Amino acid sequence: MAEKVLMKGNEAIAEAAIKAGCRLYFGYPITPQTEIAAYMAKRMPKIGGTFLQAESEVSAINMVYGVAGAGFRVMTSSSSPGISLKQEGISYIAGADLPALIVNVQRGGPGLGGIQPSQSDYFQATKGGGHGDYHLIVLAPASVQEMADLTIKAFDLADKYRVPTMLLADGTMGQMMEPVELPETTSEPVEKPWAVTGTKMQRKHNIINSLYLNPELLEKTNFERFERYKQIEQNEVMFEEYMMDDAEYCVVAFGIAARVSKNAVTAARRKGIKVGLIRPITLWPFPVDVLKKAADKVKGFVSVELSMGQMIEDIKLATECRRPVVLCNRSGGMIPTPEHVLETIENLAKENK
Amino acid sequence: MDKRKRLYIIAGHYGSGKTNIAVNLALKLKSEGLNTKIVDLDIVNPYFRTKDSAKVLEEAGIELISPAFANTNVDLPALPKEVYGVVQARDCYGVIDVGGDDRGAYALGRYAPEILEENNFEMCFVANFYRPLTKTAQEALEVMREIEEACKIKFTAIINNSNLGCETTEETVISTLEKAKELCELSGLPLLFNAVEKGIKNVPDSFNLELQEKYYDIKESK
Repeated sequence: MAEKVLMKGNEAIAEAAIKAGCRLYFGYPITPQTEIAAYMAKRMPKIGGTFLQAESEVSAINMVYGVAGAGFRVMTSSSSPGISLKQEGISYIAGADLPALIVNVQRGGPGLGGIQPSQSDYFQATKGGGHGDYHLIVLAPASVQEMADLTIKAFDLADKYRVPTMLLADGTMGQMMEPVELPETTSEPVEKPWAVTGTKMQRKHNIINSLYLNPELLEKTNFERFERYKQIEQNEVMFEEYMMDDAEYCVVAFGIAARVSKNAVTAARRKGIKVGLIRPITLWPFPVDVLKKAADKVKGFVSVELSMGQMIEDIKLATECRRPVVLCNRSGGMIPTPEHVLETIENLAKENK
Repeated sequence: MDKRKRLYIIAGHYGSGKTNIAVNLALKLKSEGLNTKIVDLDIVNPYFRTKDSAKVLEEAGIELISPAFANTNVDLPALPKEVYGVVQARDCYGVIDVGGDDRGAYALGRYAPEILEENNFEMCFVANFYRPLTKTAQEALEVMREIEEACKIKFTAIINNSNLGCETTEETVISTLEKAKELCELSGLPLLFNAVEKGIKNVPDSFNLELQEKYYDIKESK
């Protein structure tokens, strides 16, 4: 068993990335994810890697674009306003079919917003974010251990499908400290015959590009990419179910909201309300099937979010609006309390007997 | 901890538990009947701060001096003038909670001339050997040297605050005593105490901590 250490969520991301073979990090400081950059700045020089603080987020994401094209495992991290700045580059990376990890430790918005935790970049993360037809694989950790595990998973998925992936955390997950076990060894390096590594005059040169002036070719490329997305939707959905076996009501929450909700579910059970929790771990692909099945037996859903209500739309789509879905939310850096979630469950149960 | 110094300066690697130690130490001094103030000098991390314990401190009658915008959304690294009321006025005891690492310790350097001139302080290095960048005595020593370089004050004592958060047991702490001893030998400094959560027994030279409650302390339901 690997030894346990006490880590901040942000540090766990950074160390897990190193364990996953990432030796190149480009970033720009912003609260509440600056510890990722600080950790990389300390560790990378000691292990022969490169930490580079770019002059802006735009610059950092384009460095990621270049390095991903050369076939290396690479990441950048930021928080909400910085992630908005990176969107053009992310779209280019998706358009050039490159694997890379983008970490978003969300804070309240819109605009500069605040520095406290939020989940209000859900739409941006799961619906594309930048321009054009594309998706990111979006992973949502709910513990410091998962910050580490899902970082490694995100690199593996990125390489497997040649897509950019996003770890979508929030300020609480980034700042809280918990014991973590980091794996000693991780995934084998993946062959990347498409990478621009120099031909040595022995093969045809590779091209990394997202520009297709021929519309037929661009459409074909998009169709092919969406075939891969279909595979991802079939193979890579991750979620956790809690007390769903006999549940009559279902709470849906991810990340920090899921931890709060779990306490509320336990408290509601003590009061005799049969309620369970579905925690999406992949936000894209969204766990559509499990929610669809849940809609067959439960009387209603609660979506708990640190936003004005974004995931709630995906719940309504997945369940085809067959059951009421109510929102329990806080915004701007505030976190719903277990009592708030419990009250929402109780009201839902009262109105949908 | 027999002879009380007038100032206790708490510095160390970020996330080592400095703020928690500082708050508990201030409560201890106050409980001994000493006029105690606590200073939050952390202007690098806006998330975990002394001000989280404002209520406890106020109830205990301990004056809290913290950056004007601490715990708000304004991330402004400005130090309050009242800090001089602790550093220069010598009519009270003070606990100074310094920011993490060398970056956090730069702010302390501004007060170094007054502190060194009075020479009635304990400069404490807080070590948690379960933190990934200070897993060995040698790594902890490196962080110590970086902090000293930044604030121009040399450490005078070691506090062993090794813990694994909510999973801390007696064994967790005891298995780090050797490393703490090694750090004392490497640095030539005495061990001030081993900090332990209340309920953990059989640790020598221990100092009990009343842990702070935070809004993100969301207990996992079993």
